[in-house]
Order: sequence, then structure tokens, then C-alpha cells
Amino acid sequence: MADSFYGEVLADHNLHPLHRHELESANFVCKGLNPTCGDDIELHLDIRDGRIADGSFTGIGCAISQASADIMLELIIGKTPDEARHLKDLFMKMIAGEINDDELDELEEAGALQSISKMPARVKCATLSWKTMEKLLNDAL
Amino acid sequence: MHLTGEIMMNDRLFDKDNFPVFSKYKDTVYLDSAATTQKPMQVLKAVQKYYEQENANPLRGLYELSVKATEAYENAREAVRAFIGAKSSKEIVFTRNATESLNLIAYTLGREIVGNGDEILVAVSEHHSDLLPWQMLAREKGAVLKYLEPTQYGEYTPDMLKGALTDKTKIFAIAQVSNVFGRVNPIKELAAICHENGTLIVCDGAQSVPHMAVDVNELDVDLLVFSGHKMLAPMGIGVLYGRQELLEKMPPFLTGGEMIEYVTREGATYAELPHKFEAGTVNVGGAVGLHAAIDYITELGMEAIEKRERELTSLAFEGMKGIPYVNIIGSQNATEHSGIITFTVEGVHPHDIAAIFDADNIAIRAGHHCAQPLHSFLGVPSSARMSLAFYNDSYDIERFISTLKTIRGRMGYGR
Repeated sequence: MADSFYGEVLADHNLHPLHRHELESANFVCKGLNPTCGDDIELHLDIRDGRIADGSFTGIGCAISQASADIMLELIIGKTPDEARHLKDLFMKMIAGEINDDELDELEEAGALQSISKMPARVKCATLSWKTMEKLLNDAL
Repeated sequence: MHLTGEIMMNDRLFDKDNFPVFSKYKDTVYLDSAATTQKPMQVLKAVQKYYEQENANPLRGLYELSVKATEAYENAREAVRAFIGAKSSKEIVFTRNATESLNLIAYTLGREIVGNGDEILVAVSEHHSDLLPWQMLAREKGAVLKYLEPTQYGEYTPDMLKGALTDKTKIFAIAQVSNVFGRVNPIKELAAICHENGTLIVCDGAQSVPHMAVDVNELDVDLLVFSGHKMLAPMGIGVLYGRQELLEKMPPFLTGGEMIEYVTREGATYAELPHKFEAGTVNVGGAVGLHAAIDYITELGMEAIEKRERELTSLAFEGMKGIPYVNIIGSQNATEHSGIITFTVEGVHPHDIAAIFDADNIAIRAGHHCAQPLHSFLGVPSSARMSLAFYNDSYDIERFISTLKTIRGRMGYGR
């Protein structure tokens, strides 16, 4: 069997996402679209007592957009909105190729998407869920 | 997987060596010719020669170089006329591309003949360039935009059209070959039905003119558009064919230099056809390139091109059908795909499909192919597309098939 094209971490999050489902408790929902790719996701967050208590995503997209959304949710559930925004900033720095090693550690599994900084055609796929999350937080709070 | 001997040993014009891009990208398999074709040396040289030896602003200069430039430009127009069987070179208008040609038609003819409550009928498989100009026109005029839907195999029949036309249908727009289905539509029959109904037919030839013999009189279409860059010519040169009496009735599109006869402070009279529609300094280099492209295609022979492309298509099609989880969109019969095969791989997003092909140096297209309403109709968000031209060979198809076989595995399935 050939090695996974995008690596095991991304393949796994794409094929077996933990957070890809509806979320009844969600009190905030935001859509994210990459019209030219056909990536179309919906982010659902349950924000209470100043924390992201739970979250999920639905919709369709390429492996990178799906894996990125799943990894992001894994990271931000339990965090405060400000912590989530901070992680988003780090993620954007990583994609821009400007991140240092300490910052990369903070991103945990999302570091698996670092190679996207060298794939300009896929930047929009990787950042879709993160931008959607930021928009949701800005609209919500 | 081998092509018949006759084609394999066919003359040098089929040869990739004529296409300089392949000497730089030796290992690249180019299967995106429906987006744009590669350019043969003969075309590139013709353009260079024009700029080196004949360049001046055409159509008005009173000196030798300008006369040469005018000749080069008008010879190209005549070559296009002969290529598509138009009666007069006045019926050939140079534009930037098929998109501009379609916009020109909607803005000029469309505004003249479509009124409040009238209907415009568009095949739902149309490229956005043959859809948005009509959408805008309908909105502007208070007209109704209706869609003709094919079968799931991409087939449009004369009966379907009969059922969709009303006495209010002013225009019917359809591609001769859809850039997604790759299927040849029965334009001649459809045109006859339109004309019985007093409806004009606008035919998008962007995917047909480069790959099959197209004769506008035989088809009896009112208007036909195509792009040079999809048929070996440079980008930025396209064609609008229109029946002369129709073009004569149409007001100008863009206004400015080279399209006027006489201008006063209050008004202007416009140049004769086809210059009325060619405002500003024209793209002579592009037209010369298109002329050289037509010469290249003519020398090869459209029949030989069609035969070779059919064989390559069927080679690819048969290979694809044998692969589990690969679904071909449209007809399930290879002969109904004119060099275009659009497909999905179950569980793999088309962008990932294209990325894996790219990693193996194979260029294919992924997305909605500028046909979003069609993808909604088909119920697939997006798809992948391989499209070929005569410069492809059986080796290219073998490479395509062997990568296609690995896609699900490389996405992590089946381990």
C-alpha cells in the first residue's frame, strides 16, 4: 500500500472525523464557503460560560478542508474564544510559513498541515474552517 | 493498451515534439485541453514572424507595413470563414474569446429582441459564460430565463426542446459539446426546431470547433462562438459567427476607434461589418496565430484528428470503467464522449483527486468546471475532468489510468 498522500494524520481526520456531525446544543452556527473549490462547511459551536463547550462541523469539502476542520475543533473545544482566536492566528502564521517551533507546538496536531505553506493552491482549503470560526466568534461575541 | 498502427505511425504533426511546452515538461501528461490546448511551434513562429515582419496598426495606415498587417488580419478572417463554412467573411467577428462573443450577443442582439415577459431558454449544462449573460439580460428586460434539462446521460433530444419552446422563446442557447458531458448535441435538429418556432439559436462551439468538422450552414445555426486558445491558437483571440442579416441589424457592442465611419460632435455612423463589432486596435497577432492553428489542423485533417481523439477517449474510458469506485458522469458509452471524460471517485473530493494526479505530473481539472447549475442538477458538488487532444498518446492514457487506480489507496482507504 502506498503511503498516504497527505500523511496519516490528515488521512485519519478526513476518513474518521471525530467532530463531523450535527450538534443539537449549538447556539452559534456559521457557514464557510470556497466557491471555486466547492468546499462548503458549516461550523456549529456551543458557547457557554465564556468557553467553547462543544463544537462540530458538517458539509462537504476536500480532505484538507475536512481534516483541518476536525483538527481545529479538537483543539478549540474547552478553550475560551480568545484562546481559540490565538490558535487561529498561529495557524495563519504557520500557513504563511512564519511560525517558530514553540508556536508550532501549541498547534499540536494542526502542525500536520504545515506543508500547506508550500502548496499555494490549497491554502484556502486549509484555512476555511479557521476563518469560519473567527467569523462566528466575531459575529457572536 | 495500444492504438492501431495506422494512427501510431501517423505523420509528424501529431507529434508532441511540435509542442515546445512538452520539451520543457517532458514527464508531464497534459489532460486539460478542454481548458486550453498547448501551442505548436508553427503557431508560435507565425505570431513571432508577424510581430517581426508585418506589425503596424492595421485597417487605417497609409503605408506598407500597415497594409501588411491589415492583410494578415483579413487573411486570418478568411481562414476562419473557410474553416467553419460561413458564406462571407463579413460574418466573422474577432473577439477575445467565446465568453466575449456571448456577451456581445446578449448585449446587442439580446437587448434588441428580448422584451418584458419574453423567454430565454438555456441548456442547464451550459458553461457560466453561456448562462450569466442571459441571466443578466433576463433581469434587465424582465424576461424569463428557462432551463432545458438533459437526461442523466447528458442527452438533449429534439422532443425535449419542442416541449420547452413557447411562442415567447426568443433565444435558445446551447453548446454543441458540453464541457462536462463531452457529448455532441444534435445541433442541426435543434436549430430546425428553433427556426420553426421563430427562435434564434446561439451555439457555443468552444468544445466542438477544435475537435470536429463544424459547418455553420450545414448546422444552420444563427450564431456560433468559439475561442482560439482551445484550438492551438494564442489566448486572447476568439470568434463570433453570425448570419449576415442578423449582424447587420445588431447595434455595436463596444464603441471607439476602428468601428466608425464618420463621427461628429453629435453622433456617428458605424463601420460596415464586421468592423462595426471590433472597436479599438485589434489583436492581429492573435488572429495570425489562429490562422496558423487552422492551417495546422487542416493539414492534419479533421477526420484524422477525430479518429485519433476517439481512439484515445475510448482507451481512457475502458480503463476507467474497470476501476472500482470511479463513476463517469454522463453517457456510459465511450463513443458519446468527445475527448472529455468527467468523473468522480467515491469518497475522494475532486480537489484531492487533482492533487494526487498533480503529484504524478498529470494535469487534470477539478471543480465545477464553470457549470454550477449542471452540478446541482446532477447532484454532485464537483467533479474531476480529463480532456484530451490529438497530441496526447496511449502512454498518456496509461499514466492516467495507473494513477487513477491508486487514488483511493493514497487517501487512506482499504488499509
